[in-house]
Amino acid sequence: MKTLEDLKKIREEALQAMMVRDGEQTCKVVVAMGTCGIASGAREVMSAILDELANRGISNITVTQTGCKGLCEKEPTVDVITAGGPAVTYGYVTPERARAIVERHVLGGQMIGDWVVATS
Amino acid sequence: MREISLHILDIVQNSIAAGAGRVEIIVDADTVRDLLSISIVDNGRGMSPETIKNAMNPFWTTRTTRKVGLGIPMFTAAAEACEGALRISSKVGDGTRLDVKFKLSHIDRAPFGDIATTVVDIVVANPAISFKYEQTVNGKSANLDTSDVRRELGEVPIETPEVRHWMREYLTESIANIGAIA
Repeated sequence: MKTLEDLKKIREEALQAMMVRDGEQTCKVVVAMGTCGIASGAREVMSAILDELANRGISNITVTQTGCKGLCEKEPTVDVITAGGPAVTYGYVTPERARAIVERHVLGGQMIGDWVVATS
Repeated sequence: MREISLHILDIVQNSIAAGAGRVEIIVDADTVRDLLSISIVDNGRGMSPETIKNAMNPFWTTRTTRKVGLGIPMFTAAAEACEGALRISSKVGDGTRLDVKFKLSHIDRAPFGDIATTVVDIVVANPAISFKYEQTVNGKSANLDTSDVRRELGEVPIETPEVRHWMREYLTESIANIGAIA
């Protein structure tokens, strides 16, 4: 049975990891969570992105959510915003595609052109 | 929406957009009264009586990208299809409270869905906001309050993957102990 006490140990370990890790944020991932996004599967996409980063032990990437941005018919959409680079919007994202976007674009730095629906 | 959890996720996005610093999700399932009650309470900017009326209209929205706003109308329709209702109470500057009721055993009630993952991923994606999820089933309660989690974590961010993992397991276990809602 999990208790709040477990967090003390997690805190100690996280603090040690934070000391050795390069804290620089290189990339931000934004999942659209408007009604349209949620109805098309944005929650599963969000979970897939967080799972993929956790499985790889990555914790310096910000993953956040936003509302509808007018691309309802292309939902679920995911923005990848890299430091100094353009904001890239992926459309029709599935959990499988989300994991590939994390691996190839967020971590690998290579945009997956076929899945991009907008850039800014 | 396929699950009630997804409606909740949708309404919480409204609270976030309203600038809420704290959002509380209170769920109560009572098999004797055959009632499922869901309340989402935030301290966001709130709505005027006029705005509340508009929010119930699918052809009204605050955003400028589209002319429809389906979140609240769809949740209302889901509740009304199950002999329930959705009520909004709100005051400008104070926050908003949504109360939704369903007949628990109604054949048309959508499955409650994976609420633990839903809540925890909202928490992780919005680390600046404080959240509480409380579920009561026939008088027995379980809850996750990010204020408690933060107190234990100190300077460690709540979005740390290990913390997310712990929150998901903690909430899943706590809910299983009092009885998950199907």
